[in-house]
Amino acid sequence: MVSLNHFLILSGVLFSIGTVGVFLRRNVITILLSIEIMLNAVNLTFVAAGRYIGTVDGQIITFFVMTVAAAEAAVGLALVISLFRHRETLSPEAFTSLKW
Amino acid sequence: MDLISFYIFGAIAVLASLGVVGQRNPMHSVMLLIVSFGALAGLYILLDAPFTAVTQIIIYAGAIMVLFLFVVMLLNAHTEDDLPKTALGPRALRIGIVLSLALGLEVAFALSRLGLTTFSNDPGTVSAISSVAKIGTQLFTTHAFAFEVTSILILVSMVGAVVIARKES
Amino acid sequence: MLPAFISPNVVAHAVLIFIIFNCLVLSAAFMVWMERKVCAYIQDRPGPNRVGPEGLLQPFADVIKLLFKEDLRPAAADTFIFLIAPVISAATAFAAFSVVPFGTETTLFGLLSEPLRLEVTDVNVAVLVIFAITSMGIYGIVLAGWSSNSKYSLLGGLRSSAQMISYELSYGLSLAAVVMLAGSLSLREIVTNQSGYWFHVIPKWYIFLQPIGFLIYMTAGVAETNRAPFDFPEAEQELVAGYHTEYSSMSFALFFLAEYINMVTVSAVATSLFLGGWLGPVLPEWLGWLWFLLKVFLILFFYVWMRWTLPRYRYDQLMEFGWKWLLPVAVLNLVVTAALVIWLG
Repeated sequence: MVSLNHFLILSGVLFSIGTVGVFLRRNVITILLSIEIMLNAVNLTFVAAGRYIGTVDGQIITFFVMTVAAAEAAVGLALVISLFRHRETLSPEAFTSLKW
Repeated sequence: MDLISFYIFGAIAVLASLGVVGQRNPMHSVMLLIVSFGALAGLYILLDAPFTAVTQIIIYAGAIMVLFLFVVMLLNAHTEDDLPKTALGPRALRIGIVLSLALGLEVAFALSRLGLTTFSNDPGTVSAISSVAKIGTQLFTTHAFAFEVTSILILVSMVGAVVIARKES
Repeated sequence: MLPAFISPNVVAHAVLIFIIFNCLVLSAAFMVWMERKVCAYIQDRPGPNRVGPEGLLQPFADVIKLLFKEDLRPAAADTFIFLIAPVISAATAFAAFSVVPFGTETTLFGLLSEPLRLEVTDVNVAVLVIFAITSMGIYGIVLAGWSSNSKYSLLGGLRSSAQMISYELSYGLSLAAVVMLAGSLSLREIVTNQSGYWFHVIPKWYIFLQPIGFLIYMTAGVAETNRAPFDFPEAEQELVAGYHTEYSSMSFALFFLAEYINMVTVSAVATSLFLGGWLGPVLPEWLGWLWFLLKVFLILFFYVWMRWTLPRYRYDQLMEFGWKWLLPVAVLNLVVTAALVIWLG
């Protein structure tokens, strides 16, 4: 029998994979993709918890998370394009001018 | 039957996500993430949430990933990146993977001490969750303010993305 | 003995799915023939008439010719994506047809213990499933354009996918207006809501309640399937052949199959949503699928007729029309429908 624990563990694993991607990849687009993995893991938690409690609130929160993820992906990619025009590279190492 | 489907979809999701993080070619990363989203949609159907599953495909796999794909093609980003050449050196990668494994195991351990929590299977609950009409009613009455604010958010991000990515000429 | 879960109903369902799949492929072949014949008659010439009676076996001759061609592959192309792009196109085209119902329940004259519905499956979010699978079809085109590593393909692929994304909005909004009228997302329920007659003469189809919605849907459907007059990405005169320039043999055949099956799916969904599906006056209810086939055939004929009659749109005219004219009209249609549904109950 599938239980809530199964889904929460799977969601935790996916979230960790996304975290690995954000911290260790040297390509801005792949970092954004890893952020999307993390958002999806959170969505899965919400829907599973909503199913366990027995309301549709989980799915409604998921709806809002997806919409906000879409908005964030659009603006993030626009920033990536704009940055690429400046430095001709997609590595986050090149954008360190604000470091102390 | 449900258990087998859960393990199959879960394995596809995890393996595809590992592929996204590990692949060198950004185009292949985007493709693997689409596969991962498909597996997640299957998991949502297992959870009696068909509306969320279909919305996931429409919004994530059908729109956001197309945006990523266009940007990858526009920037011609098939540049491969080597192991991090930061001040920490390639040892950072190994330490990072170990720490992430530790995070994952900790989360799994904390969750496994929750006690077994099975889903209720009575048809009243199931039909209450999977009905699209109920989601619509809740969205437009209880969460109406959040709904309107989200639509303004999308409008702002659309205009902002066009302005930011425009060529300065 | 067979295991317990292989009951006659399961077998009948499997046979039905097999029949539907084969009918889809045969309908694509039929579309090839019909297109060439109608084109010929519009251009005042006989058309294919050598292979079989009235040229009916011409599509099979075409397929055999395509099978024997050499399968070329550009050297600098990304091989895996190059191979998988036509598969994605064809698979999504077939998958979108899976929720379309084309008849009432039948018990095969009492052979089955419980009635078998004439469809592959019906989910309670069927309209959204069609929309979702149609948006996945974009990947086949954009990946084909990219992985061919040639400028004609890339331009054609980007233009084609941008066009499909733009017209998807109007497509979805016209679907939403019908869903508002019917109160359900399931295609079977939408069709059964259209049964009955006004004044015993006019059938209660949604095309009479939503004429503008039907026009918006057909326009967006034609643009979604990259057919004339919106087929600039495939324009032979400008772009060699657009996104499938570098494809040959069966991959090319798969793209063509995908295009025709997308046309069939758009026609079938238009029939279910606006023209009453399998409902019709004279025949008994269990023969309703004949009416369904007739209506789908009429819409497909209209598609082909439009291709060979109307000139092609230019790309910027196409995009301007989609965003500045069709989308506001679709939104207005939705708002007016909502107001009328609330006001008239």
